[in-house]
Amino acid sequence: MRYGAVPALRELSIEIRAGEIVCLLGGNASGKSTTMKTVIGSVRPAKGSVWYEGQDITNWNTSRRVASGIAIVPEARRIFPRLTVLENLMMGAFIRNDRAEIDRDLEGVLEMFPRLRERRTQKGGTMSGGEQQMLAMARALMSRPRFLCMDEPSMGLAPVLVEQQFETIQRLNATGITIFVVEQNATMALGIANRGYVLQSGRVVLAGTAASLLKNPQMQRAYLGM
Amino acid sequence: MGYFLQQLVNGLELGSLYALVALGYTLIYGILELLNFAHGDVFMVGAFLAAGAAAALVHNEVAAIPGGFVVVLMLLVAMGGAGVLGVAIERVAYRPLRNANRLAPLITAIGVSLLLENAVFVWVSPAPVLVPTNALVSQGIIQAGSVATPLTGLVLFAGSLALMIALDLFVFRTRFGSAMRATAQDREAATFMGIDVDRVIMVTFFLASALAGLGGVLFGLRYASVDFFMGYGLGIKAFTAAVIGGIGNIRGAMVGGLLLGVLESLSGGFISTQFQDTFVFLALIAVLLLRPQGLLGQPVTDRA
Repeated sequence: MRYGAVPALRELSIEIRAGEIVCLLGGNASGKSTTMKTVIGSVRPAKGSVWYEGQDITNWNTSRRVASGIAIVPEARRIFPRLTVLENLMMGAFIRNDRAEIDRDLEGVLEMFPRLRERRTQKGGTMSGGEQQMLAMARALMSRPRFLCMDEPSMGLAPVLVEQQFETIQRLNATGITIFVVEQNATMALGIANRGYVLQSGRVVLAGTAASLLKNPQMQRAYLGM
Repeated sequence: MGYFLQQLVNGLELGSLYALVALGYTLIYGILELLNFAHGDVFMVGAFLAAGAAAALVHNEVAAIPGGFVVVLMLLVAMGGAGVLGVAIERVAYRPLRNANRLAPLITAIGVSLLLENAVFVWVSPAPVLVPTNALVSQGIIQAGSVATPLTGLVLFAGSLALMIALDLFVFRTRFGSAMRATAQDREAATFMGIDVDRVIMVTFFLASALAGLGGVLFGLRYASVDFFMGYGLGIKAFTAAVIGGIGNIRGAMVGGLLLGVLESLSGGFISTQFQDTFVFLALIAVLLLRPQGLLGQPVTDRA
């Protein structure tokens, strides 16, 4: 995938291969969220293009992108606070019409997150931050994505939940879902990623395999707190 | 006691009309946080469309086809016409301002309201237009003990209630209804689900406006006369009902509308008809002071 100049981004070029976990790191206002929005289609690049599975999807709207297998777990979770857990999950499957398969996937995510099953008739907004994060993730899975974007999944979560969160990401990746994760928590993200990009003021300043980034002295100074 | 019950029945009839129009305010506010002050005038246009359909088919108090068919046609023309008008207003006047300062669409809504009133005044009729109800529906009176009401009053109440229940089922039991609620709660997150938010907003405007059109038909059948300014007063009352019930809350609009109608009728019947509106707006002030989110509204703190 390539992105061009959205005001917050400049000459940014990122490539994610099928089956990978790729992380995008950077501080506040470095352009991470704008990158994510460009992928899902709520921001259109002024120049440049977005490619997915061999197709130029730059001019596709979000519905079409979701229907072709891209899903997002947005920053701050953004679950629907006054819909029940089940209704939230069904919204994740909004673009699908295969009733029987939807029911199967629903069973699958409730299996994966038993806490959501316990709370299925509760309003989303009444749950804890960790539970809302599970719900946001499960909701994204209900569209049966091949490419899952996660915007700051560790934000506002207790350390033990962050660890669970990253384990879940690895489990999903093992089932064949390609993962693009935007994170401030560089150590955690590089711990599970194949490759990473570091953004600064809308430009890629570092890129490479997770292992090489972890060893990079510049990286260690600026982001890993070593 | 009989007098009280009579006023109560009158109030429920009037209140069901308020509730129908209040639903439109609340649906549109719920999804766009826009106070659509043109909504009362969409109701008025619906009433004129119904009156026009009736006038085309009824000559000298005799309907060209059976009265029941005329009423069905009036419903189709008024609900469909009002619905399309609502969609057009959203497309032309509100959508370009969707990301503008919140004051801009509000002032635009007032502008659309004035435009509709004056268009009907100039091009249709500055004077009240009569609806030939004699030729359309039975003018029978229903009598239960000391309480009496025209059959059309019962039709008004039952028709409103039926459509309100249908709307409630649509919004709370169907997938598209869930998408409407999701869009109302978090528009951007709704697009992330692949929901076409523009389409959801369009359908919302159609439903809200068609309900106002239904209100226009029922009003014409019950009160037999429509005029270009009728949407103003009724619109303000319906808006008040929506706020009392909790703006954005569908069941709140129904409850608020019925309560307001009963309150107006009882204060008119027992205290003073001249001051009945005073009591209506006193109720609004009381609700805003004691329960600002409205009777059924949730406090706005639960956004995740």
